[in-house]
Amino acid sequence: MSKIAAAFQKHPKAFVPFITSGDPDLATTQKLIVAMAEAGAAVVELGIPFSDPVAEGEVIQRANIRALKEGCTTDKIFAMIKEVRKETDVPLVFLTYINPIFTYGTDKFYAKCAEVGVDGTIIPDIPFEEKGEVLGACKKYGVDLISLIAPTSKDRIQMIAREAMGYIYLVSSLGVTGVRREITTDIGAIVKEIRKVSAKPVAVGFGIATPEQAAQMAALSDGAIVGSAIVKIIEQHGKDAVEPVRRYVTAMVQAVAATKK
Amino acid sequence: MTKGRYGIHGGQYLPETLMNAVLELEQAYEKYKKDPEFLAELRRLYREYANRPSLLYYAEKMTKDLGGAKIYLKREDLNHTGAHKINNVLGQCLLAQRMGKKRVIAETGAGQHGVATATVAALMGMECVVYMGKEDTIRQALNVFRMELLGAKVVAVESGTGTLKDAVNEALRVWTARCEDTYYVLGSVMGPHPYPEMVRDFQKVIGEEVKAQLQEKEGRLPDAVLACVGGGSNAMGIFYDFIPDKSVKLIGVEAAGRGVDTAETAATIARGSEGIFHGMKSYFLQDKYGQIAPVYSISAGLDYPGIGPEHAYLHDIGRAQYVAATDQEAVEAFQYLSRMEGIIPAVESAHAVAYAMKLAPTMKKEQIIVINISGRGDKDVAAIARYLGRDLHE
Repeated sequence: MSKIAAAFQKHPKAFVPFITSGDPDLATTQKLIVAMAEAGAAVVELGIPFSDPVAEGEVIQRANIRALKEGCTTDKIFAMIKEVRKETDVPLVFLTYINPIFTYGTDKFYAKCAEVGVDGTIIPDIPFEEKGEVLGACKKYGVDLISLIAPTSKDRIQMIAREAMGYIYLVSSLGVTGVRREITTDIGAIVKEIRKVSAKPVAVGFGIATPEQAAQMAALSDGAIVGSAIVKIIEQHGKDAVEPVRRYVTAMVQAVAATKK
Repeated sequence: MTKGRYGIHGGQYLPETLMNAVLELEQAYEKYKKDPEFLAELRRLYREYANRPSLLYYAEKMTKDLGGAKIYLKREDLNHTGAHKINNVLGQCLLAQRMGKKRVIAETGAGQHGVATATVAALMGMECVVYMGKEDTIRQALNVFRMELLGAKVVAVESGTGTLKDAVNEALRVWTARCEDTYYVLGSVMGPHPYPEMVRDFQKVIGEEVKAQLQEKEGRLPDAVLACVGGGSNAMGIFYDFIPDKSVKLIGVEAAGRGVDTAETAATIARGSEGIFHGMKSYFLQDKYGQIAPVYSISAGLDYPGIGPEHAYLHDIGRAQYVAATDQEAVEAFQYLSRMEGIIPAVESAHAVAYAMKLAPTMKKEQIIVINISGRGDKDVAAIARYLGRDLHE
């Protein structure tokens, strides 16, 4: 069983936090990963900053800019992960765009993921049709390619779910990442559609900020993913964000776990 | 290989949220590109609204002055709204109308594509929002007001370098939020399939006209066809019909900015490397980690870090040649064409004129060059004055 599958088995209602690597610096990122794992995160998603993150709202866009200004690079992130692996075995998943992977060298990138202990990748600008761009390398090195399903996926849901690896990232709302007051998509209906063809865990992300929202989403699926709300805390506290983020993640883990049937 | 490929280039690298929207667009385009009624309506609009066919003008004074090849100018600057952009926008907005969309969005660099989109949206009674880099709203202030006058809303994009690339980013983000009721009118032969193919098809009328017009005037094909290249729509438009005619040299002129060897350049073919961005695999200006470079050119319309995938392919197979002209060369060509022929070209088109001024004297008198004057230069007058040290208030 993969580490990701094992994590969702251990946490039937999973909380999955996202942070941008190198925001405000990689030393803080390393501490944040450990703190979030200790607070009960099932999986940790790590952004590799990109100059032009077209799927991101303003909060994560700013985090990307901060990280790049600080001099964060893909190689430095790999080096940091090698270090953090001495402290935690929480599954780590990269979230980045195809250009940083392609330009690094797709094969070299995934070889390095396997070497340092990255368990999966989420690539917002690789849709089902273009996954051949990375799938060979993912399989060769045993790194999952996490698929996204969106409210507009409709007749594409089953096609995507059938070939999903790791877990399915269900995008809760139209638009880019960022906190939303309410989520109007019929998440339950999409999960039902996925369940017809796949037993892979489904985690819901985009727009979730409060414990109530996370619990609501987790009740309809296998977990909740939160990015912008955490990145906002980091934006506010900078290098001192570790304890505030730990407190936030602890509360979110509890809210999500309480929905256990 | 997946759909929409030009050699290894092209493709459909988009967030899942947008996939059904582009697939719907692809289906609609496949249907209407063969629909006689749609094509007849588009031809009528080209003729009666956009002022097509545009003239092919023999630049006699320029020819004599340069003392080499005979120079013809394809006058896309005489189109309604002052540039080739209207050709594509009429096609796409007509398609949007057939698809039942009542709201269009567009990105713009120099503002010509935004103005064309605002114009056709007014004509067809559609709501229109144009995304434009903050920096570009300053250097092309006249076009911002022009769009507003036409009833469009202009959103200044402050992220990144505040130029064309950032306007595309923002248009993509906004499209993700409203893909169900909004049609994205992409302005160049770039982005995910089917845009590169569709925009080329709506622009290829330029080359088709040149071929027929030159046949009538000279009874032969040209020896070289020149056009400026940012994303590459006016170049692809004038090149496409000549691709099978191997004797015709196709030359794209990129913006070198302050020089291809400086960091302040937008010459993608000269300085870029293979990448995947804005929905397509092509050449991009980027660093070794795939971070897109902050590009620069005096021309807002060429100030883009990538190039359309079909150009990347024509470069790979050697069918087209890509060269570059600097800000300084473009400004000199801008002044030269104004004084020599009484035609003020867009600063974008002036890049093509600049290279023609080098090329023509090396060619024989019986040879023929066609330069695509893709737009008119009224919008650039204040910026050129500033470049030359004159502070003009519009």
